[in-house]
Amino acid sequence: MRRIITSVVFLFAVTFTACANDSTKNKQAAIAGGLKLPPGFKATVVADKLGKARHLVVNSNGDIYVKLERLKDGKGILRLRDTNGDGVADETFAFANYAGTGIAIKNGYLYSSSNSEVYRYKFNAKNEIENPDNPDVIIKGLVDKRQHASKSLVLDDKGNIYVTIGAPSNACQETDRTAGSPGQTPCPILETAGGVWLFRTDKLNQTYAEGIRYVTGLRNVVGLDWNYSMNELYVTQHGRDQLSQLNPTQYSVEQNAELPAEEFFMAKKGMDFGWPYCYYDPIQKKKVLGPEYGGDGKTEGQCGTKEKPLYAFPAHWAPNALLFYTGTKFGEKYKNGAFIAFHGSWNRAPLKQGGYNVVFVPMKDGKPSGEHEIFADDFAGGEEFLTPAKAQHRPCGLAMGTDGSMYISDDQGGTIWKITYTGEK
Amino acid sequence: MKKSLIVLLIAVIAFSFSTQQQDIKASIQRGKKIYESTCLACHQPDGAGVPRMNPPLIKTKNVLGDKSKLIRTILMGLDEEMEINGEVYSNPMPSQPHLKDQEVGDVLTYIRNSFGNKASMVTTAEVKAIRAKIKL
Repeated sequence: MRRIITSVVFLFAVTFTACANDSTKNKQAAIAGGLKLPPGFKATVVADKLGKARHLVVNSNGDIYVKLERLKDGKGILRLRDTNGDGVADETFAFANYAGTGIAIKNGYLYSSSNSEVYRYKFNAKNEIENPDNPDVIIKGLVDKRQHASKSLVLDDKGNIYVTIGAPSNACQETDRTAGSPGQTPCPILETAGGVWLFRTDKLNQTYAEGIRYVTGLRNVVGLDWNYSMNELYVTQHGRDQLSQLNPTQYSVEQNAELPAEEFFMAKKGMDFGWPYCYYDPIQKKKVLGPEYGGDGKTEGQCGTKEKPLYAFPAHWAPNALLFYTGTKFGEKYKNGAFIAFHGSWNRAPLKQGGYNVVFVPMKDGKPSGEHEIFADDFAGGEEFLTPAKAQHRPCGLAMGTDGSMYISDDQGGTIWKITYTGEK
Repeated sequence: MKKSLIVLLIAVIAFSFSTQQQDIKASIQRGKKIYESTCLACHQPDGAGVPRMNPPLIKTKNVLGDKSKLIRTILMGLDEEMEINGEVYSNPMPSQPHLKDQEVGDVLTYIRNSFGNKASMVTTAEVKAIRAKIKL
């Protein structure tokens, strides 16, 4: 009997120690990169305090190019290089005299945007930029009225470049964000913004005259990616703000926090997604007329003909980057799935804010094949975090390295993380 | 006789001072309600605003400085590039002409005395004078 008791006590002790070890280990893993990740994944800080690190891209030699939204020491692009292979960038080269968001690499060129132009730099055989001070101007004269001014970009394999042009407006009211001001039909903003424009990579100095409005009815797209398995463009939209502040008799503060959804679309040429007339209600699962356009929260009106989202995310989370993971290192589950970086909300106040995370959506045949799950979390700084200005980090850009790792940029703390799969639980 | 005059004078000053204190307290309390219904969504519960979008109200020149400019901002809105402590803000401030003179004074008095701010009261008369000037 005594032996049995001893063994039970021993077993209990072992189990307890094992559990204690486990939790300590998890804690350490979380603290290492400051992020909470699924078991087996590890985050390391490649660089931090870079400033407003918006989008980023990784070259075939491992160099990371980060686009800054505000100039740092007069420069708007940082090239980060890890010369000793310890995972931490130890050499920085800064260039470009303009600030902005978009950055991409295609066929030996680096493309980068200000809030009104797109520039191009050439890589030489050694993967160094030949013309850091004299880039080609590919596109110029795009609308920049401060609000939703980021010009994100992506390229396909046919010499096309897709540039997002956000609407400098919330819902195209005659006076923006002002209670009682009517919506404009047709919305004049849609002629030069509120969509994705298509340009060519083989022409310099293109303006709206040479561009094609590829898709319309998008309020503000910051996250986009080309899906090579479908050969189509995919985008994530920032839905409208302030339903209750602008229409307090129609919407409660609680409804405002959950409406409208942030939408994930496949964007085929010619599609119209409904802004500013319509918004997507994730509870009714349909697009309804906005209150500035005669809507009562239920009426569909013209919105029945607008494109529906592939997936609806919680309201106001602000999807700032989309990345289709084409690597193999993360495992079968993640192959061709979508990662989305949510910059984090402000328009849920006084209710708890949301987002400030990177989510994963499994994809099959170009469509979501399951619910989204939070992949990387704790950017804002845990439970004490209450308001956007207090967030430590806000995820903004995603990129994949040639080794199958994923990089995340942050425009609040200026941190770049590298996410790898180690398999260690 | 002289002595009692001085005593009276002191009493009057003390009384008017304490009335002023009561006035500002009451104004702040009324202003808090207006802040919560009209301003909080953008400027946030802590007055810290939203980086890149909605300016903070904490110890900034706009909030603590020229009252007439501040009153105009509420009545007429503001849509211009603004840099505060090295950050620029993109969202326009909508005008709030529906707020009554006293409500404008109250909310500004609340903002000027919250979030770590301390500044003088904005009175109904001051708002009235500006509103008359801009003919709203």
